[in-house]
Amino acid sequence: MTRRVGVTGVGVVAPGGIGAPAFWDLLANGRTATRGITLFDPAGFRSRIAAECDFDPAAHGLDADQVAKSDRYVQFAMVAAREALGDAGLDPEKVDPWRMGVSLGTAVGGTTRLEHDYVAVSGSGARWDVDHRPAGPHLERAFSPSSLASAVAEQVGAHGPVQTVSTGCTSGLDAIGYAFHSIEEGRVDVCIAGASDSPITPITVACFDAIKATSANNDDPEHASRPFDSRRDGFVMGEGGAVLVLEELEHARARGATVYCEIAGYATFGNAYHMTGLTPEGLEMAEAINRALDHARMDGSQIDYVNAHGSGTKQNDRHETAAVKRALGAHAYDVSMSSIKSMVGHSLGAIGAIEIAACVLALVHQTVPPTANYESPDPECDLDYVPRTARPLKLRSVLSVGSGFGGFQSAVALTRTGGRTP
Amino acid sequence: MKTRKARRTVVTGIGVVAPNGTNTEAFWKRTHEGISVLDRVTREGCEQLPLRVAGEVRGFEAAELIEERFIVQTDRFTHFAMAAADIALDDARLGRADYEDSPFDIGVVTAAGSGGGEFGQRELQRLWGQGSTYVGPYQSIAWFYAASTGQISIRGGFKGPCAVVASDEAGGLDALAHAARSIRRGTEAVVVGAAEAPLAPYSVVCQLGYEDLSTRDDPARAYRPFTSDACGFVPAEGGAMLVVEEEQSARRRGARIRAEVAGHAATFTGAARWEESREGLAQAIIGALREADCAPDEIDVVFADALGVPAADSAEALAIADALGAHGRQVPVTAPKSGIGRAYCGAPVLDVAAAVLSMENALIPPTPNVFDVCHDLDVVTGQARPAELRTALVLSRGLMGSNAAMVLRRPTDIQV
Repeated sequence: MTRRVGVTGVGVVAPGGIGAPAFWDLLANGRTATRGITLFDPAGFRSRIAAECDFDPAAHGLDADQVAKSDRYVQFAMVAAREALGDAGLDPEKVDPWRMGVSLGTAVGGTTRLEHDYVAVSGSGARWDVDHRPAGPHLERAFSPSSLASAVAEQVGAHGPVQTVSTGCTSGLDAIGYAFHSIEEGRVDVCIAGASDSPITPITVACFDAIKATSANNDDPEHASRPFDSRRDGFVMGEGGAVLVLEELEHARARGATVYCEIAGYATFGNAYHMTGLTPEGLEMAEAINRALDHARMDGSQIDYVNAHGSGTKQNDRHETAAVKRALGAHAYDVSMSSIKSMVGHSLGAIGAIEIAACVLALVHQTVPPTANYESPDPECDLDYVPRTARPLKLRSVLSVGSGFGGFQSAVALTRTGGRTP
Repeated sequence: MKTRKARRTVVTGIGVVAPNGTNTEAFWKRTHEGISVLDRVTREGCEQLPLRVAGEVRGFEAAELIEERFIVQTDRFTHFAMAAADIALDDARLGRADYEDSPFDIGVVTAAGSGGGEFGQRELQRLWGQGSTYVGPYQSIAWFYAASTGQISIRGGFKGPCAVVASDEAGGLDALAHAARSIRRGTEAVVVGAAEAPLAPYSVVCQLGYEDLSTRDDPARAYRPFTSDACGFVPAEGGAMLVVEEEQSARRRGARIRAEVAGHAATFTGAARWEESREGLAQAIIGALREADCAPDEIDVVFADALGVPAADSAEALAIADALGAHGRQVPVTAPKSGIGRAYCGAPVLDVAAAVLSMENALIPPTPNVFDVCHDLDVVTGQARPAELRTALVLSRGLMGSNAAMVLRRPTDIQV
């Protein structure tokens, strides 16, 4: 008897609006939340644009102690978890805590506070032998990425397996994938799963400047994130978090919960090629897509929408286009494919979870979010990228794919309940 | 009756880079001799910080082991992981010829507790001391937690499922369990483990926030778990990587089967809530025994978490009693990490390595610097204890609240 995994709650903290309704409103209207960086003074940096969250943790229910202890990315996750639980109508006290897990992804963890306190203890980079005395409280939590899953587990009272997942830019997909496995294989009945990152800090912006991975279209930030467009010039950094309540299907049904959709398949592979480079063939991402579909007992032709990684770098968008063609064959030309990074930027480890949240909402609203700013085709990217305007469409099964530093390639298949081959 | 899992995971290679030895043989020799290598912190820039004692990996020359192009783009924690992976792959006699035609069958899983701290501090210093254009091109791939998994995958040509558990100490066991589950789902082999390098000056500053960090300056007295003198833990560098394989797959290629990864379970009871970790750890042990289809009295040795904090040590002793019943007071318990320190996620993987070597050598290594146990446990102290060992239990808890337990079995019919 296979255990199936339903999505019963969604919570999102994304640029352009906090909460799943505001997030969907942004996507459905094709608005972009990219702008000049305000979180620090970006003068002197190559890329000075980002998709930032206008976020006040107190306004979203976090108390002073939670705010003091938690780095910004942890706060995003806690606010998203709270929304997801409310959306699921799940009272954590009515769940066996030993059968509830937490699986959350992050790529760069507590860099916001780590960098802030580094400046204090080093005299602004004056010394290697730092002085510990100016360090602020709770710095150990910024140092330890497990504080992310730990904080959310304490918030919801989970006593089952609790883990932080960190596979770079596929962290969000992988965290949800691990959670999916943990329910399917019977270790837990409920898993709070998602990802969060707050990378808009000088060190992270500088490290992507150094490899020219980010867009330098500083004069036109609203239109700077241009996945699949011939004039794309890199990704626009984002931040945020998304959390889902995943639940074994019978567990959800027994309590009368609304099941938005199922997580039906997941796979991940490495390209064993390069930490940041991608092969033009997209072999490993295609393999991930195929294995995720196999796991879901689905055929590629059943996929109605591909939520692309679509970061907007030259090589990524080509690689991904090739991978989707390799995996879906002729159907690749029929399927709708879009990148929400055109609107909410690329929030590194968080974006995979934010994109899965977008897939869940797309299934709920039967609408494909668009690729904003897509205007001029690239001959090497010749699929249907749903330019600029959301598309109402009958959606049964969708795919979310991701690609990350380290060479990781992941795919997650989602389907409306009953959308699988019997 | 629980049916046996169809696809079993076995350990076929062990690679260690630890404070007491930069290869597996040296590690085992000093471990079973009970030699403590805890010493004053000597890493550059740490001299004035209040952490006095640690387990440093000394005499490790990355340049002698790893290609230059991989060294320049990685932190010390990844140097350790790459070197340990090489040792494990050599030990398993698993080479490119074995998987050239099936690269998707071999995955890589690591756990990471803090990432590339030394590399990161150097780049932060360039950014804040000189300017943003001085940050180098490798910062984006050296500091993050996924660096070791990515580099091991690329260096070895492993395209199978790659994963990174960015966790507290228990993550080392969770990574192994993740690998075992990957094998159950169809992967043939996984290079898995954890290595850490948390002794860059700024990393040490961050760890000073851990209430349970020992800041004593006498190496013989700084980390003394299960004694009334327990005053916290001493951090360490290093770790271990293992090669684990699907049993039949390993047998087919004639690999030496060292042990079976038989069961695992993980729970969470809150950061630094040591009294509550009693139930969490007991539940983890019970879960791991259940998965291994193992009775409590089959456990021949326990490798303890041994945090060295009175409340935590007490909770662990009680958890062992809760989960193993009367057997809990009789089973030998050891914590070799009191002689090398706690290498965060690397610590329980080193314990797994030690547990496998203990079973092979029929010898339980002792708990260095511990003589006066104040809990109702049979802690092995002083000298190694000869014992026929078929099944070992490894325990780990993390500072952020995770608890994990793993059951390892000696194979019944070792094929050499």
